[in-house]
Amino acid sequence: MKADQTLDCVGLYCPMPIVKTAERMKQLKPGQVLEVIADDKGIKQDMPAWCKATGNEFLGIEEDKETRVYVRKKSG
Amino acid sequence: MAEKEKLTMVVFSGDLDRALAAFILATTAASMDMEVSMFFTFWGLNVIKKNEGKIESKGLMRKMMNMMNRGGSRRLKLSKFHMMGLGTGMMKKFMKESHVPTIDEFITMAHAMGVKMIACTTTCGVMGLPEDAFRPEVTMLAGAAYFLGEAKESKATLFI
Repeated sequence: MKADQTLDCVGLYCPMPIVKTAERMKQLKPGQVLEVIADDKGIKQDMPAWCKATGNEFLGIEEDKETRVYVRKKSG
Repeated sequence: MAEKEKLTMVVFSGDLDRALAAFILATTAASMDMEVSMFFTFWGLNVIKKNEGKIESKGLMRKMMNMMNRGGSRRLKLSKFHMMGLGTGMMKKFMKESHVPTIDEFITMAHAMGVKMIACTTTCGVMGLPEDAFRPEVTMLAGAAYFLGEAKESKATLFI
């Protein structure tokens, strides 16, 4: 999946990937996509939950050695 | 914009592991656009005491107690497995290797995210702790009524 920005969270455990995602999202424009790379398996559940709480759009997960999750920043 | 959802916590414990759980939830909730208040009471006050310098308190007995129960985020012990410091030291090492922030770092982070840290006035009074016993991130001193007022408006309330 194509992303406007990438956030590397490899080696970080909960809650850091989520905390860092929230921080980084401030830099994105509405509609832009953030890719978060993590190896903490919790992110597969945590990121959709974070998106639901904040109103950002959860686009999906891609998995190989690491987990890549994609989030689209909400408009307005 | 709709009013933010709230999370309110009582941090009663001064144990390292419990404080860690409290700050993980506080910073995550703040990331989820929640308004977070943490009320530190009793042993929990040790988490937010300043690490450096002397804590002045009145009376010989309170002075002694505050010396033995010095507190400060860097002096917290594990609730189990402390083993005269060996267990706690080992756990801190593991956490560092796993890039888990220290309580110190969590306090700085939580403060930057707008988490309110509040010290309980009753315990401060009983233990003879002055306002300057705490780190600057501590927003205010307040009592049970303020906590309950916040708790009533909260989506989630935790006692740790």
